[in-house]
Amino acid sequence: MFNQDISSLVFGRLTLEAFPYHEPILVLTFIGVVLGGIAVVAALTYFKLWGYLWTEWLTSVDHKKIGIMYVILALIMLLRGFADALMMRTQQAIAFNGNEGFLPPHHYDQVFTAHGVIMIFFMAMPFVTGLMNFVVPLQIGARDVSFPFLNNFSFWMTAAGAAIIMISLFVGEFARTGWLAYPPLSGADYSPGVGVDYYIWGLQVAGVGTTLSGINLIATIVKMRAPGMTMMKMPIFTWTSLCTNVLIVASFPILTATLALLSLDRYVGTHFFTNDLGGNPMMYVNLIWIWGHPEVYILILPAFGIFSEIVATFSGKRLFGYASMVYATVVITILSYLVWLHHFFTMGSGASVNAFFGITTMIISIPTGAKIFNWLFTMYRGRIRFEVPMLWTIGFMVTFVIGGMTGVLLAVPPADFVLHNSLFLIAHFHNVIIGGVVFGVMAGVTYWFPKAFGYRLNDFWGKMSFWFWLVGFYFAFMPLYVLGLMGVTRRLSQFEDPSLQIWFIIAAFGAVLIALGIASFIIQLVVSFLQREQLRDLTGDPWNGRTLEWSTSSPPPDYNFAFTPVIHDHDSWYDMKNRGYERPLGGFRPIHMPKNTGTGVILSGLSVAFAFAVIWYIWWLAIVSFIGIIAVSIGHTFNYNRDFYIPADDVIATEGERTRRLSGQA
Amino acid sequence: MSTHAPVNTVGHEDAHEAHHGHSHGHEASHGSFKSYMTGFVLSVILTAIPFWLVMGEVFENKAVTAGLVMLFAVVQIVVHMIYFLHMNTKSEGGWTMMALIFTLVLIVIALSGSLWVMHHLNTNMMTMTPDMMRNVP
Repeated sequence: MFNQDISSLVFGRLTLEAFPYHEPILVLTFIGVVLGGIAVVAALTYFKLWGYLWTEWLTSVDHKKIGIMYVILALIMLLRGFADALMMRTQQAIAFNGNEGFLPPHHYDQVFTAHGVIMIFFMAMPFVTGLMNFVVPLQIGARDVSFPFLNNFSFWMTAAGAAIIMISLFVGEFARTGWLAYPPLSGADYSPGVGVDYYIWGLQVAGVGTTLSGINLIATIVKMRAPGMTMMKMPIFTWTSLCTNVLIVASFPILTATLALLSLDRYVGTHFFTNDLGGNPMMYVNLIWIWGHPEVYILILPAFGIFSEIVATFSGKRLFGYASMVYATVVITILSYLVWLHHFFTMGSGASVNAFFGITTMIISIPTGAKIFNWLFTMYRGRIRFEVPMLWTIGFMVTFVIGGMTGVLLAVPPADFVLHNSLFLIAHFHNVIIGGVVFGVMAGVTYWFPKAFGYRLNDFWGKMSFWFWLVGFYFAFMPLYVLGLMGVTRRLSQFEDPSLQIWFIIAAFGAVLIALGIASFIIQLVVSFLQREQLRDLTGDPWNGRTLEWSTSSPPPDYNFAFTPVIHDHDSWYDMKNRGYERPLGGFRPIHMPKNTGTGVILSGLSVAFAFAVIWYIWWLAIVSFIGIIAVSIGHTFNYNRDFYIPADDVIATEGERTRRLSGQA
Repeated sequence: MSTHAPVNTVGHEDAHEAHHGHSHGHEASHGSFKSYMTGFVLSVILTAIPFWLVMGEVFENKAVTAGLVMLFAVVQIVVHMIYFLHMNTKSEGGWTMMALIFTLVLIVIALSGSLWVMHHLNTNMMTMTPDMMRNVP
């Protein structure tokens, strides 16, 4: 008895039973992770890279490095989320005729929840945030974002959220509720374990990072554009980034508040979302979708921006309908707040409400359609170069139109009553998220990779990756449309009707093709690194680009621009090239830059400790880490040693090196 | 830091400070003694009236009192924004105003939409008599 008290005082509800040593799949994964981790640590130690990693990357406030770190985080989480997807596809392909498959229901439910949470919050979000972080300051001619330390802190909070979710794999369990954790299932009565708490705290910690990064990028775009760059001369990607970040700042507080109410229900026994004492679970669904619908536009708008840049560049033409593209983006930003109810037509709000939200949903396809036509007209009579980014773009246009049409179909409330929570819905949103967001970020990575690292990606493996992804997508999700129309619902781990099995086998085959696509992408990274001398980009403008980021060297110097450019047109670099722009070769001055700081890493580590403590009811640790967070935050405000000057000599040396390279090229 | 020295290249100018530019050029005014006093007096009056409405039991109907109190609260918010937060249509090149309007639009959408949706859900999804069932909105 006494021992138990001590144990719960020290470890909360964390006991030896929380470690899943009796689950062979998890044990093997754990061994793999440990071996991999040891290998990485050993390699870093052997090559003496710890100092380099700490000073050049982890503590960096350089928006380019933070952007790259976001993308690396996204790629790691993509592997985790995709492993979940493969497990689900395998399970559903074999769990017929009384075969229970290899995933017991309680494990399967965690897998589909983790898949959704990871892919949205820790794959797609860091991916688009990373690209925005890297590209936006370069596109607007700025030397960094408005608040460089905040940027580093935002990244580390996102990484902390991801770490919390990953810990749930080996300590305790994850939520078994689906990715939005609807109560009452996510309430304390039906989910008494730690799974939903992992979910809540993972998202709350990452949400801090996401919101702050949104504020940062809005301030950057509004306040730090190069002289002459009026709003209507901003590159389209910057425009979509602005709208995306406005959406982030306006919608993430709703998620935070909703999850805070859910935590109160779970931790202190309030009844916001349970029927007792006048609470209402339907309110949770309503609130979470007021955040959730803008969220999908947060993901897709930057992808639209990427495609706009790529279409214009690889068609060798100005973007058709720049102004209409901007207005379409802004209209989507507003409209995305008027459609949330289409996620729960079937909850019973009646004909008038459903009709209103059905119609607003259909209206949103108009600006989106306008964008598709703008891209088509940009390509019309252009000199199209079918480089890898352009392949992704065309793959997107075809795939996304199909996804958009099934979306309009789902927007019809009577049709939704048939298709709600069916595999048709699953196919629809994977169609727009893979066909839109994933293709978009893959296109963006291929397009901006030379800018980030100074060499292009290997074409052959890029094409392999594209074709595997594209074909794999159709194999994986077209069968789900069919199954959905036949009435198969989502989140099932076993099936009775053997006639359905063939469709699931086709879908699993598609997932294998996508796995090959991901493998090709990784091979592409390795091969390109090995061939970096042949693929080297000396000009800084490998694609004959049109926007300002291509006016810098590849990779850009720490300060991005030795002199802030003056803008006369929205395709400003194209305009500068046409007017016979010459690089300034003298007159360099010291450049004022922000200094690196480890505060972000420390705060993020403390946040993980705090979240872990609260999840496991380890109250002493929660108090200690919370005080730590406050103390470090206050301490950081006394750090006046925040900036330095890059001496003029260094600038001269860097720019001289670039001149040498450019002339060597010519 | 704002050294606008001419550089003899096309399309370039040594623009001021890309980083933590503490330019105070375009910021909103910080207010004067008079504006603060106006704001203070107005907010005191706007606070006193609701107190009087409630404590003096001026109206028979409680709903009228509640509505008026809400109305004064809204006016109070506007007074605070103008006199204490120094918001006007020009500060930050109009961005403050635009952000405010955008925020208001979203709050109105989210609040009125939620009320509308939840009202319908409550009416439809609570236990009903067959007669109520026939008249669902």
